Amino acid sequence: MGTRLGKQTLRLDSHPVIQAWASIAGAKEGNGPLGRYFDEVIQDEYFGEKSFEKAESKLLRETLAKILMKGKVSAGDIQYIFAGDLLNQCIAASYGIRESEIPFFGLYGACSTMGEALILGSLMVEGGFAERTVCITSSHFCSAEKQFRFPLEFGNQRPPMSQWTVTGSGGVLVGNTGDGPKIVHVTTGKIVDMGVTDANDMGAAMAPAACDTITAHFTETGLAYDYYDIVITGDLGIHGKNICKQLLEENGILIQGILEDCGTMIYDTEAQKTYCGGSGCACSAIVLAGYLLDKLSKKELKRILLVCTGALHSPSSIQQGESIPAIAHAVGIEMIS
Amino acid sequence: MEFIRAFIVGGLICVIGQILIDLTKLTPARIMVIFVVAGVVLGILGIYPALVEWGGAGATVPIIGFGNVLAKGVIEDVEKRGLLGAFSGGVRAGSVGIAAAVFFGYIMALISKPKAKNKN
Amino acid sequence: MEQKRTKKEYVEWTQKIAPKTHKFKNMILAFIVGGIICTIGQVILSLLLKTGMIKEDAASLTTLLMIFFGAFLTGINVYDDISRVGGAGAAIPVTGFANSIVSPAMEYKKEGYVMGVGAKMFLIAGPVLVYGIVASIIAGILYYIFTMRA
Repeated sequence: MGTRLGKQTLRLDSHPVIQAWASIAGAKEGNGPLGRYFDEVIQDEYFGEKSFEKAESKLLRETLAKILMKGKVSAGDIQYIFAGDLLNQCIAASYGIRESEIPFFGLYGACSTMGEALILGSLMVEGGFAERTVCITSSHFCSAEKQFRFPLEFGNQRPPMSQWTVTGSGGVLVGNTGDGPKIVHVTTGKIVDMGVTDANDMGAAMAPAACDTITAHFTETGLAYDYYDIVITGDLGIHGKNICKQLLEENGILIQGILEDCGTMIYDTEAQKTYCGGSGCACSAIVLAGYLLDKLSKKELKRILLVCTGALHSPSSIQQGESIPAIAHAVGIEMIS
Repeated sequence: MEFIRAFIVGGLICVIGQILIDLTKLTPARIMVIFVVAGVVLGILGIYPALVEWGGAGATVPIIGFGNVLAKGVIEDVEKRGLLGAFSGGVRAGSVGIAAAVFFGYIMALISKPKAKNKN
Repeated sequence: MEQKRTKKEYVEWTQKIAPKTHKFKNMILAFIVGGIICTIGQVILSLLLKTGMIKEDAASLTTLLMIFFGAFLTGINVYDDISRVGGAGAAIPVTGFANSIVSPAMEYKKEGYVMGVGAKMFLIAGPVLVYGIVASIIAGILYYIFTMRA
């Protein structure tokens, strides 16, 4: 059983293991710097389906199938699945796993959903309530644009601090045995709202939440600032990462040299014209399930802190003039032999 | 010559729109609303028709010109039919534009589907 | 976490260090793209007038054709690319109005032909018609009061 280290942080003493992982990415992500790490890259944004929403569900469904295959387990061996996405009522997840018959928790944490799923999935294993859980998320550029911004063919100019929703799905199989990367610490975020009202400026909205969670993680665990090889935020983008760096420095958390961001890594932002970088539930999910876990399993990275960031607004709340509540969940993953 | 005048007038009207977008973060829908209302106001005051005289399509093609058309129709109908004209004039004068937008919009929607923006 | 800034200070600070739009470049591009679209309109108008068409009909037909081009270019997935370069230069002309009607109609076709295409068609363009018509009626009433009663 785990140990509570503070208000937000738990140490998982049984070290739940990430036994298998898989990722599917869209064409643009496949052409990005991390393209070769993804299990599959789809060229057709409809993925052979009739609508973008159906395509996103299929992304999640196929990713789940890949995870089960790589983990050499069947759906019946999974006690719980924690899944979420950006669409209203989380339909990508619900329809994606409709036929799987796995007990299901649908999550909404906006782009932080992967962190939320990892925390809950690993706690289920740590608590002994499950042998294996699956944590999985998806997002799709086209369905997200439709829901949060404008129709695809509508001619609008994206402002320079805007971000590009990642098309893809990534997930992991967490179990109680094995040699894979282990989940050692989890820090649950609390909502931080610094009054940003511009829905195009999600980096600025989420940076204080990331800073808050990272600060809580280091304070409550007492870990040294060089404990991790990399502290990687979910989708702050270039602008948000700059802000987060400065906020952390002001808080006296000296990790500036190892701070990275999935959103800035997934695209070549200049050449691919993605402005401040990637965003979306799949952003941290496919960087984790594609790149980070690969590096961990090859021991090129030993310890990482993944900090999934999310902006919890809706188009209605923005139209009503509300500011953007943000959250960040941190998961410390380590290679322990 | 009329083409250069159209280019300059049309270009400048669009520049005003661009300044509004970049400085105020207004959404495109709001910009269009502002322009069409501005067209109605400038039209009813008789200012915009002078610009149309000089700039030709440069003044009529931007959406602000649609506002001017509405105002022009209202003036004509009020003079002919009195107060009732305030209600009949705008839509009558703008009828071709509105009907064309609905008709071509519908037809194009039937035969096409959206594609993701740049994939690279 | 202790916040060293008030919310207002935070928002001001992040806006100050945010990446900036190339305002001058955007203005030049809007001028060129908007100018070209209007010039095309003028070419059509001049050609129609040469055929002997009366001025009002020529102007209406020009608007109709420009709306057709805007709708067509949206349907073949090109207009959004023009807009990304031209910004307001592509949004302000009536071709941009057509784009704002066709793009949601295409996008929501999967939700059906009545509640999808039919209803969502006016997602962006609806307000333009609402405010245009309301403004014109108010203007008409004022025009009646100030000129006709005399």
